[in-house]
Amino acid sequence: MYDAGKIIIGLIIFVGFFTSPIWYDVSNGKTALKEPELVLPKLESQKECVGTKQFMRDNHMILLNDWRNEVVREGNRKYISFNNKTYNMSLEKTCLNCHTDTKQFCDQCHNYLGESPYCWDCHIENQGPEKK
Amino acid sequence: MNKSRRNFLKIAGIAALGVTADKFVDAHAQDTAKKVIKKTIDAGKKTVKSKVVQKERLAMVVDLRKCVSQNGCTKCIDACNKTHNIPDFGESKDAIKWIWKEPYENAFLDHENFYLTEEFKNKNVPLFCNNCDNPPCVEVCPTQATFKREDGIVMMDWHRCIGCRYCMAACPYGSRSFNWRDPRPFIKDINPDFPTRMRGVVEKCIFCDERLAEGLPPACVEACTEKALVFGNLDDPESEVRKLLKDNFSIRRKPGLGTNPEVYYLV
Repeated sequence: MYDAGKIIIGLIIFVGFFTSPIWYDVSNGKTALKEPELVLPKLESQKECVGTKQFMRDNHMILLNDWRNEVVREGNRKYISFNNKTYNMSLEKTCLNCHTDTKQFCDQCHNYLGESPYCWDCHIENQGPEKK
Repeated sequence: MNKSRRNFLKIAGIAALGVTADKFVDAHAQDTAKKVIKKTIDAGKKTVKSKVVQKERLAMVVDLRKCVSQNGCTKCIDACNKTHNIPDFGESKDAIKWIWKEPYENAFLDHENFYLTEEFKNKNVPLFCNNCDNPPCVEVCPTQATFKREDGIVMMDWHRCIGCRYCMAACPYGSRSFNWRDPRPFIKDINPDFPTRMRGVVEKCIFCDERLAEGLPPACVEACTEKALVFGNLDDPESEVRKLLKDNFSIRRKPGLGTNPEVYYLV
């Protein structure tokens, strides 16, 4: 190889520069991305959701989209859940009733994944249990 | 290794197959996953599906003989503003209006008359979205964000509105308002039970569809202490609105345009 010395030094500098954000984080003590910590409703009466845990995890966005179409376009506000319980299809009146603090629940995963849904541009967000 | 042309082609072929096979498997897996999700949601839907919005013709009758808006009464407007989180931008040019007042002569331009009674010369008329039976706004909306429900309400789906304002151009009554700015900071007292709107969305009176669903009358009807506003189903011959229209002479705004407005004024 011609000019091996120059090329290798150049490569080392390049790799070092390219991976600098990693070294920066490591030097600041951040070795792993912090996992989201969800604050789930505490009351016993709020232990049950409109879907199973796994279903809500995977499909809450589809469910919410479905709800909004049913309510706004079909005028249907009743949702019968997997265990035959009836719920009012409403983000503010049903979901936020138990998940009182959106900062501690929704935002945790959304921020982790770099997701920014625009629900709260219009819907009224709960800032914590004391607000409602 | 023997680098013959023949071997090279063989290996290239197998490699290409390998790469595409991976994609096939992936696509199939995604397809199955989608089907599973769809099934779950459909299962939920089937139990829910029931006709909630009845086929009827909801309409409003405004008794102008009882309305005292010329004395500065704004009870219906205030109740509406409060219920629906309507912002007050402080300027009339970008005001958001669900219910608003207009002098009689301006509200009923095609009833022009130089010799009006004193009473009607000074009369202020409360104006609403007419929730027309033949709504031009629905005709022009490119995203079906505004649409006519079975019960006659011309609904707004604010999720879908792209703010093109075709509907505002199409509406002959000026019943539609555009949010030029984010309305949130301009709402004095936010009602947590109703969403606000965002910048770039058109809004209008929707006959309080969210209250009707709970069996309540529209907020303005409830707020009117003079009982000048009556709301009901025109398809039902026994309804109060039908009886009022049968016994009293009523007018509508710009009926000649063929929009078939569903707000009737008793004079």
